[in-house]
Amino acid sequence: MAKGSDLDVAYVAKLARLNLSDAETELFQRQLGHVLNYADKLRGVDVSQVEAAAHAIPIFNVFREDEPRDWFTAEEALSNAPRQANGLFIVTKVVE
Amino acid sequence: MTGKELPASNIADLQSLLRRREISPREVLDVLRARIEDVDGKIDAYLSTDFEGAAEKAEKTDVDLPLGGVPIAIKDIISVAGQPCTCASKILQGYRAPYDATVIRKLRAAGAIPLGKTNMDEFAMGSSTENSGFKLTRNPWDLSRVPGGSSGGSAAAVAADEAFAGLGTDTGGSIRQPASLSGVVGLKPTYGRVSRFGLVAFASSLDQVGPLTKTVRDAALIMNVIAGHDPQDSTCLNEPLPDYTAALGRDLRGIRLGLPKEYMIEGIDPQVKSAIDAAIAQLETLGAEIVHVSLPHTDYSTAVYYILATAEASANLARFDGVRYGHRAENPKDLLDHYGRTREEGFGAEVKRRITLGTYVLSSGYYDAYYLRAQKVRELIRQDFAKAFERVDALISPTSPVPAFKIGERTEDPLQMYLADIFTNPANLAGICGISVPCGLAEIEEHRLPIGLQLLGKALDEARILQIAYAYEQSADWHKARPPIAANMRNG
Repeated sequence: MAKGSDLDVAYVAKLARLNLSDAETELFQRQLGHVLNYADKLRGVDVSQVEAAAHAIPIFNVFREDEPRDWFTAEEALSNAPRQANGLFIVTKVVE
Repeated sequence: MTGKELPASNIADLQSLLRRREISPREVLDVLRARIEDVDGKIDAYLSTDFEGAAEKAEKTDVDLPLGGVPIAIKDIISVAGQPCTCASKILQGYRAPYDATVIRKLRAAGAIPLGKTNMDEFAMGSSTENSGFKLTRNPWDLSRVPGGSSGGSAAAVAADEAFAGLGTDTGGSIRQPASLSGVVGLKPTYGRVSRFGLVAFASSLDQVGPLTKTVRDAALIMNVIAGHDPQDSTCLNEPLPDYTAALGRDLRGIRLGLPKEYMIEGIDPQVKSAIDAAIAQLETLGAEIVHVSLPHTDYSTAVYYILATAEASANLARFDGVRYGHRAENPKDLLDHYGRTREEGFGAEVKRRITLGTYVLSSGYYDAYYLRAQKVRELIRQDFAKAFERVDALISPTSPVPAFKIGERTEDPLQMYLADIFTNPANLAGICGISVPCGLAEIEEHRLPIGLQLLGKALDEARILQIAYAYEQSADWHKARPPIAANMRNG
């Protein structure tokens, strides 16, 4: 397992699309370093014979018919939108 | 009786009055509203209330339904149609849920009335409700202390007689730990027992909805309504549904209770330790047999929990992008700026910390070392429980190693806060059920502070832990102790 000091908070925050202030970056670097050092105790466990648990209680694929149902109207779906027009979400420009 | 005094403290007593037509659902709401307006300025349990909508429902409800005319406080992470659902996050300020969660639909069908939305740690990330983006909730037993978390608003509302019962969610202890610290009953159902449709997801392999109540019987009454299969939640188990009140009152002869030796750690407060010892002795006099058991991977659970919960949270919280709902940053210069600033402005510090940690443990080069290894250790923790339950019917421990701590006492060191969950998060990792029931009062600085006894049961064995908790509660009577702010109320 990698040492907690490998954590580069500024880089990871970019991956997470999350701006952090310099003060937060520095604080998280230290605090999460402690958390990862604590998590290093997992290195001591022999997991060579263990299959990873995906869910605590095995549940198998759950299927249903792919049929249209009444659910939201477009108006309801847009009711919380920060910006909307003509029944559409208005997004920040993606393509120049 | 003053206008601000509730006619009954718990659901079962309230229902007797309602069904004898000694009080109407509308009158119940009026008294509860007066009570909330009187004390919530001191407790700050609610983020929003819907007295008008509730009053309208109260006029039409049938008191002979399973929860007819019973107002319920709802953690602000569960969707109630038309009401705010902020998850105590600024990123969802102004958001209104467009539909009812399945648990709300079921409560309404049973005649219950959602009354308001309660405070919590932002997106349920925390153990003290101090991570709310909006306000601090205070412990009704000592206003300088936390109510526990993350369902601290629901716990405090029930403890302070601002609600007959509440719904919470439990990802690593967020129902049981605030129940313990606030002196109420809190049940975390088996993973998949209760639908999560309409619950805002934090950690999808761990989250469960459950009740916070004054009494064990009330918890059973709510479980009878909210548990069961839901085709709209594919993780919801399609298993037979017992009547959870049926086993209440059965004696404990033949019941074997396991004491995990790994839970008897150094850090347990001496007053918590003696309360638990007394509770164990009490359970023995009720006929239970105490058996010593071992859960050898316990020491790893908090590390496993924080890797898996943050990994799942980092993926679940990617949906908060300022496009379809919630906060959006002003005048972004491009899409990355839009995402980065929207999330910077909308999320609080703990949420940012967990998204960062979760993104890291899932990132290329670290996935195997952290996430995959944690999943494997989780399986070992699950097997520990499975082995223990071959020998015993339920496990006993403190719910929390300490009574309620001071506001601000643990906020500087996230790891210290994470260790508040050590006795509760293993049940989430293993997917089993657990309950916290009041078992004593610590005396600290002239305040009495509640202590909780945790009972853990195997998957889908809620009826058994309710039976044990009920037998203990009825013989010990701790549920009748009231915090100072509710002390003038009648006992329930």
